[in-house]
Amino acid sequence: MGFTPASVTATEKPKVGKAGAPDRAGERTHWKAWIFLLPSFILLGVFLVYPTLYTITLSFNRGRRGEFTEWVGLRNYEQLLTRDPNFLNLGTFPPSGALFNNVLWIIFYTSLVLGLGLIIAVMATRVRYETLIKIIVFLPQAIAATALGVIWRFVYAPNPEIGLLNATLGVAGVGPFSWLGDPRFVNAALITAGVWGSVGFATVILSAAIKSIPTEILEAARTDGANERQIFTRIIVPMVSLPMSVLAVTLIVNVIKLFDLIYVMTNGGPGSSSRVIAFTMYQEAFPGGQFGRGAAVAVVMLIILIPVMIFNLRRFRTEAVT
Amino acid sequence: MSANAVAGGDIVRRPARTATERLMAALNRAPVHIILALVGLIWLAPTMGLLITSFRPRSDIQATGWWETLSTLRFTAVNYEQVLGAQGMLGAFVNSLWISVPSTLLPLTIASLGAFAFSWMRFPFRDGIFLVIVALMMVPVQVAFIPLLQLMAPFGVTRNFVGVWLVHTAFALPFGIFLLRNFFITLPKDLIEAARIDGASDLGIFRKIVVPLSVPAIAAYGIFQFLWVWNDLLMALVFVQNGANNPMTRQVTNLLGQYGSEWHILAAGAFLLMALPMIVFLALQRYFVQGLLAGSVK
Repeated sequence: MGFTPASVTATEKPKVGKAGAPDRAGERTHWKAWIFLLPSFILLGVFLVYPTLYTITLSFNRGRRGEFTEWVGLRNYEQLLTRDPNFLNLGTFPPSGALFNNVLWIIFYTSLVLGLGLIIAVMATRVRYETLIKIIVFLPQAIAATALGVIWRFVYAPNPEIGLLNATLGVAGVGPFSWLGDPRFVNAALITAGVWGSVGFATVILSAAIKSIPTEILEAARTDGANERQIFTRIIVPMVSLPMSVLAVTLIVNVIKLFDLIYVMTNGGPGSSSRVIAFTMYQEAFPGGQFGRGAAVAVVMLIILIPVMIFNLRRFRTEAVT
Repeated sequence: MSANAVAGGDIVRRPARTATERLMAALNRAPVHIILALVGLIWLAPTMGLLITSFRPRSDIQATGWWETLSTLRFTAVNYEQVLGAQGMLGAFVNSLWISVPSTLLPLTIASLGAFAFSWMRFPFRDGIFLVIVALMMVPVQVAFIPLLQLMAPFGVTRNFVGVWLVHTAFALPFGIFLLRNFFITLPKDLIEAARIDGASDLGIFRKIVVPLSVPAIAAYGIFQFLWVWNDLLMALVFVQNGANNPMTRQVTNLLGQYGSEWHILAAGAFLLMALPMIVFLALQRYFVQGLLAGSVK
């Protein structure tokens, strides 16, 4: 937010970086501030900070039933990364395992959502039914991943009298395929469903970013003889690159936390071919009862998210200054 | 537009459009319309297919695809009756409300109070603590599962709704405080200072000035939180350990497990789960998009 009190009251000396509180309120209000903060701090302490520390400790223990029964050092991690083909298997080509599936998701889901989102946003600004298209594409964003999973299980149904995809391909004489039952297709099928669910999010945000490009710039480019393609590659893409990068980070976080869709559509199968990391954590800890290993998976998730944490902190600090 | 006016006669003006040229322009745009029509179709067909299926008799679903409905045109509400009654979706609907409403109002209240302190009160390490809150936004819920189950088991709160309320509330707070604080600091400083000089208490300023002026931001956050809890499966899976308390997301996954290919039941169940968020979204679209833009990319 670019708005700081210092920039509003021009007569005052500018105070850099400190948004909000008036100086005069002074020491007197300290203890009152703590009262406002107390409920937040208690909940955050008990439900976020303490569990995080507990889980990190637990990941170094055997941890059956969640007790610190036996210190095993890094054994849980070692087992996950080197001896659990369901988690990471680099021994075959292409590699497989939950962690590798997450890499697939990050590459394909993120780039497809951003690419399709940008194309649809740009095209939509040029037609009169822009709002309608955006609502249609955005609608999946409002519904539960559980319902989205049912919708796409239906699309992928192997019976061409039921599943739309096999029926469509059947017209061309191809198939039918068991999209979710075949390890070759299952990840592509899941990623497609995920992309379908998220493109609207990118479209709405990028459309707002495109609209914030000053009309003078576009008009000037057109007057100078730029064609639509040049306007797209030389003006629109560079000017939406910041929102794109923020979106990309949000999408990657989505992928790391991805659970519901996998649980509903394939439950990690067939076999373990469509597992992802957040699914593995649940699977190890709850049906599996391997709390120590579950904790290690949770910590791996946390570690993957730390760069994102730093990205957010940096972005926030630069915003606070400008 | 203005560029032409300023530059005067030197720049070639766009010629007045004749009917032929308009036709040419429309033809040039045809690819855009075709692609957007295709986009519309791809984004509507899967959902419409399930919606139509939810109203088709079971025998029709098994005989023909939903796209052939036009040839039969037989619709029934029997699937919904069955799912709401015998399959327990009505109870699950009530449970979803019981989980979602407190899990929205609690973080809304607590995050507003916290955000007010971060924006309009002074205390030591304010900015440092705020950065910690920003960092906590990224903590995945998975990290909390095992310790919180251990912690809450002796109190029995996973057998009722209290456990899931508390976990949802706590994990909503970092984003809520962040979002609301960013809104609160844009309120006019003069107004709040004037109220302080007139002797208003902090709580008074919060209730009488900050909250009324922040209704759009608070509403946007509330809508998001409500939908997020309504649509959540994972937290319900871990922290609702009493089958009678299952929300709709869990009931739909149960139906999937029991009736993997009985689409008359699954379609109706999924649509009951989707109905409320769809209504909320279509009715409050403006808040929805504003909140989205404020939350992720300004």
